[in-house]
Amino acid sequence: MPDSVMQNSFHLDAVPIRLERCGKTFAGGARALEPLDLTIRGGETIVFLGPSGCGKTTTLRIIAGLESPDPDGRVLFGEEDVTALPIERRNVGMVFQSYALFPNMTVAENVAYGLKVRKIARADRGRRVEEMLDLMHLGEFAGRRIDQLSGGQRQRVALARALVVRPRVLLLDEPLTALDAKLRDSLRLEIDRLLRGLGITAVYVTHDQGEAMALGDRIVVMAKGRVAQVGTPREIYYQPADGFVADFIGTMNRLGGLSRGGTLSIGSATLPWSGPEGAVELLVRPEDLALAGEADGHLGGTVAAAVFLGDRTRLVVEPADGPALTVDAAGRSELGRGDRVWLRVDPARVLAVP
Amino acid sequence: MSACVQDAPLPHRPAARPPVRPGWTGEPLRLAALLAPAAAVFAAFFLLPLVRLILIGAGGTAGWSAYLTTLADSGHLDSLISTLALSAGVTLVTLAVSTVAGLFLVRNRFPGHALLVALLTFPLAFPGVVIGFMVIMLAGRQGLIGTITQALGAGKLVFAYSMAGLFLGYVYFSIPRVILTVMAAAEKLDPRLEEAARSLGASSWRVVADVILPALKPALISAGALCFATSMGAFGTAFTLATRINVLPMTIYTEFTLQANIAAAAALSVLLGLITWAALAVARSVAGTSVAAAG
Repeated sequence: MPDSVMQNSFHLDAVPIRLERCGKTFAGGARALEPLDLTIRGGETIVFLGPSGCGKTTTLRIIAGLESPDPDGRVLFGEEDVTALPIERRNVGMVFQSYALFPNMTVAENVAYGLKVRKIARADRGRRVEEMLDLMHLGEFAGRRIDQLSGGQRQRVALARALVVRPRVLLLDEPLTALDAKLRDSLRLEIDRLLRGLGITAVYVTHDQGEAMALGDRIVVMAKGRVAQVGTPREIYYQPADGFVADFIGTMNRLGGLSRGGTLSIGSATLPWSGPEGAVELLVRPEDLALAGEADGHLGGTVAAAVFLGDRTRLVVEPADGPALTVDAAGRSELGRGDRVWLRVDPARVLAVP
Repeated sequence: MSACVQDAPLPHRPAARPPVRPGWTGEPLRLAALLAPAAAVFAAFFLLPLVRLILIGAGGTAGWSAYLTTLADSGHLDSLISTLALSAGVTLVTLAVSTVAGLFLVRNRFPGHALLVALLTFPLAFPGVVIGFMVIMLAGRQGLIGTITQALGAGKLVFAYSMAGLFLGYVYFSIPRVILTVMAAAEKLDPRLEEAARSLGASSWRVVADVILPALKPALISAGALCFATSMGAFGTAFTLATRINVLPMTIYTEFTLQANIAAAAALSVLLGLITWAALAVARSVAGTSVAAAG
């Protein structure tokens, strides 16, 4: 219970962020970011997701004030235009992949640094640092040197250091990437709990779609300096805007189909259809393809590989023609390489790309 | 090296080696044999002359107390103090100039960058005599500075043949080493640390004081220690500028060649060595292991 009490007392303002025509062209003419318009709601956690070089970190650095946008771009925190303010005057909290803790200071000194810079009185500073360390379960490490901490502990110190100054916005640049898988999961849960509890506007950059889905209220998928799609995790997953988003998030199967007069032909089957007419490319998630018997299946194929994942068995099925399909079967399924299977397609769960 | 010796196949031994017996047999003997050439060189060219020097220092009329009475001579004590003051001043000024210049050179790329770095490190190639010659051309009786001040009607400014000239020469000559060390250390600074400090509201000056200088500290201490030791022992520049300059290496030279006071010269030499070594030892303990690694 003390946790929730603490979180209620430590609640931050939810400042919206507005980006207007924020593009970035580096000296030499390389375009890192096409002009971008985006409104981040107050208190929202927004995740920029994309492969490296897609412009997500550049966008974060423009919001932070570490890069300035091309001349006609503007960055607004609430109603205030902060475009011309350098990072030290924007009051943002930043968390980096490499932790970026000051090696010449203890844990408590690291957390106190922003308060010291703001000339907060010593007594007040001490109380706030202690409160923050308790919130992050770091109380016992206050006097430790940074090199005596594990990666997960270091990133919690970095979070504490960024939050103790009550920033207007929290910016996280791949904060979990340097951690091993198990720590990553537990710290992700902790960050999630923290962001919900604090009510702060947070911008999170990652290349990991699992992190993006788990943490984001909305996800901005980026590719080659452009926004490919903005939406909730469900929208991104179930209604990807294009082939790139579909392939980048989760596993997506591609099927060739032909639709004519309200019906859709896939393999040997004809299904009722209300989508676009003509030759279409169909996108189907593995979990939306079901194994079926020969009588009610739409598509036949041979199992090329079966990977047991515990809760399910992931099959790669090669149909008579077209690319291989990924299908999930029950964990206890005994299907193996070379077995003949039939698949059912639910037309309501299929996306068509003309 | 020892690993190679251990791993070498030994046909006359069983595969499982018996435990090494104590004493000078087997492995220790082999290691001693490998160490012998280095030990011989060390003894012949360093240990023996040093011991001889220490003995000569005590070989005068005063015996071993010469090491104390040498400093009771006010001329010698003055010489020691002015050498220490000169070296400390040179070290501080060199560190300040080189840190600013080194950081600037690492962070800013501009046309002529490589040429500027090359020019700044140029004095590395000069012996002390040439440095002294350059100081005379700059601040000597026919020097550039004197000519300019005379043309301006302020009288001829000449300071080459004094401590000021020596100071200028030593700073010029020390900057390249320190600048190279600072540049190497500054290249390795994590830019994220500075960004983190700035995100917390730190101004540029605070970033320098709280992030950059602490990170450069080991390199600065190591470079400063070398700069100090070099200034303590340098001779060529002082010799070129004037035989009257009262620094310890000059005093030793004067005692040795002009006064033929070999015992005093030896005692002063040992003291000079001890003080310089102590300065390096203190720097090493303050900076942790990094001085040993860098120096």
